[in-house]
Amino acid sequence: MFDRPAYKTLVLGVGNTLMGDEGVGVHVIERLLAGYVVPEEVQVLDGGVLGMDLLYYLEGIENLLLVDAVETHSEPGTIIRLENDEVPAFLSMKISPHQVGVPDMLAAAKFKDLYPKRLVLWGIQPEILDMGLELSPLIESKVDVLTGNLVDQLKAWGHAITS
Amino acid sequence: MTRIAIDPITRIEGHLRIEVQVDGGAVSDAWASATMFRGIELILKGRDPRDAWTITQRACGVCTTVHALGSVRAVEDALGITVPSNARILRNLIQATQYIQDHVVHFYHLHALDWVDVVSALDADAEATSKLAQSISDWPKSSTDYFQGVKDKLASYVNSGQLGPFGNAYWGHSAYKLPPEANLMAVAHYLEALDWQRDMIRAHAILGSKNPHLQTYLVGGMATPIDPTSQAALNADSIAFLQGLFRKAKEFVDKVYLPDVLAIAPFYLDWAAIGGGLGNYLSYGDFPQADGTPWLQSGFILNKDLSKVNSVDQEKIAEHVAHSWYQYDDEKKGKHPWEGETNPNFTGPKPPYKFLETDQKYSWMKAPRLADHAMEVGPLARMLVAYASGHTRVVEVVNSVLKALGAGPEALFSTLGRTAARCIETVVVAEQLEPWTNELIANIASGDIAIHEGSLWEPATWPAEAKGWGHTEAPRGSLGHWIHIQDQKTLNYQMVVPSTWNCSPRDAKGQIGPYESALIGTPIADEKMPLEVLRTIHSFDPCIACGVHLLDVDGNEINQVSVDTVENFNSPLLKVRGVR
Repeated sequence: MFDRPAYKTLVLGVGNTLMGDEGVGVHVIERLLAGYVVPEEVQVLDGGVLGMDLLYYLEGIENLLLVDAVETHSEPGTIIRLENDEVPAFLSMKISPHQVGVPDMLAAAKFKDLYPKRLVLWGIQPEILDMGLELSPLIESKVDVLTGNLVDQLKAWGHAITS
Repeated sequence: MTRIAIDPITRIEGHLRIEVQVDGGAVSDAWASATMFRGIELILKGRDPRDAWTITQRACGVCTTVHALGSVRAVEDALGITVPSNARILRNLIQATQYIQDHVVHFYHLHALDWVDVVSALDADAEATSKLAQSISDWPKSSTDYFQGVKDKLASYVNSGQLGPFGNAYWGHSAYKLPPEANLMAVAHYLEALDWQRDMIRAHAILGSKNPHLQTYLVGGMATPIDPTSQAALNADSIAFLQGLFRKAKEFVDKVYLPDVLAIAPFYLDWAAIGGGLGNYLSYGDFPQADGTPWLQSGFILNKDLSKVNSVDQEKIAEHVAHSWYQYDDEKKGKHPWEGETNPNFTGPKPPYKFLETDQKYSWMKAPRLADHAMEVGPLARMLVAYASGHTRVVEVVNSVLKALGAGPEALFSTLGRTAARCIETVVVAEQLEPWTNELIANIASGDIAIHEGSLWEPATWPAEAKGWGHTEAPRGSLGHWIHIQDQKTLNYQMVVPSTWNCSPRDAKGQIGPYESALIGTPIADEKMPLEVLRTIHSFDPCIACGVHLLDVDGNEINQVSVDTVENFNSPLLKVRGVR
């Protein structure tokens, strides 16, 4: 009764919600949970600024879907999609301390044979990284788009997801 | 004379910069600088004090629960609330599991790599490793085949060119002293600790209703339902499951962690005389017992004098900014956290720069002082305060570890002492899981299922004005949250986190901080690979995550080092470093 349910896919939003747009990944996760019915084989998790602790949640999953603020040296609000080996390579260009944790987690996952078969990151260039619980209006206006991207990815992986 | 800057220095979260001056093969002066998560009051001001904990626990990914605890205690202190026994015990159990998980993870996944040469493990003989492991512990994973498997796996990992968590280190450095077999054994336990910590997270998920980010704290107690007859509540089944996890936790500490520390330490006994530093140690005390006294005592020690434990008066805590990038009206004086303010005043060099202007302001950390003294906090400080206060079990375990290493108590005032104290603390805390669980079971069996004191829950019952101090001992050291409540709203809120104490810059009087002091005298074999500096800094378990503001966007590599001769260190403009 206390075993972890057998999840196939983990949707992980990371970021520091105290630092404005830095927390966009967590806001997207909240929007996903509020607006959609996610099937039981999918775990949707607010990863906050955790690093290695998240290794536990990779156990048994095949697909990892990350959503995060990323530095792409592009216009604020620019959305990008990365997959598989592009993800850890990209995250080594870190914009915030929690991203120091996620690549470490992925490296340890590889060592422990917990590395997901498929890995997708949806990222967005932040606008304002300052103390505050709210997103900037620009990034706020993109939360639905990112949420839709996650939904499409989950469908592509064969999950039945409804609004 | 050479000046060295190491930036950033933490292996996981946070951003810490160390500059040292090296003279004749040893550190002659040192400066610690860090980015600071500043101005939590900007978010909390005007909000409901009962919500502060859910916000403060977001400050740090490593110590979420400790900020939750500090925050609810601050509000409880302000309003004069005593939490029910079940809540007190549950908080202790959550805190204890946090200590055990955090200390083991720190040792194996952060600090061990300062002592263990991972690449050297590839030269180990699996049979000899098996003999070594069996000579120090009856831990079952110790066969020749087992260690051969770990070695093969490590080899394939290294040969793939992806060192991952083992990247960015100084493999082959002359300061690594362990034989290959000890290195291989430690790598095996590094991997086992990854599995073990996943079990600890399950314990937190049960105790905290949700993990990550526990949902179970509440001003006045806990939100965890206790109902012996409900499957959805904390009941006999879930407590029995917890007891199983707790036994596994303790077994790993007793049979792997402690034997490893005792096996590795003899190769590094010179480090029992290096890295001591200030000699002032502070603990707020924690794990409140039924009679209200803390199981680990509160107190502070000055100048390594274990014959005298002074009592802590939180009103004598003040934060100084003479060398910090903030502005006060009078920077010769500190401010108590209730009067604390955050007026950023960055006067440092504009990037790119080579070195900080350390005779002026040089850090985003404020300089906290207790009764005008800089203080080291953390497991060593707690164990010394408990030892000097006569904590029976701490005295026994400290003495047995010292005996095993053939050292006296003075060996504790060192880098090695800090690392040993963390292990000693883990041993004594892991022993408490069973009695504290039994205390909870007995309390529930007596018919007490109270978990929340709600008589002061409604803001209408509060005074117009109230001030509170929430203190806890986080795994990394003394953590204080200060709240000033006015008209049912938060008027001011300040956090003084463990790393602020340890990473403190100089104050108005020029008094040096704990990291800075500990580094002085540290031998440096190779200025381009200052492994010895990392050993001492990592022995404090730096976590600047709750101290972090922004990082640079260009992806600093971990442990970037720049070295320069003294002639150049006044010309600050050379290379990008990330402090903003």
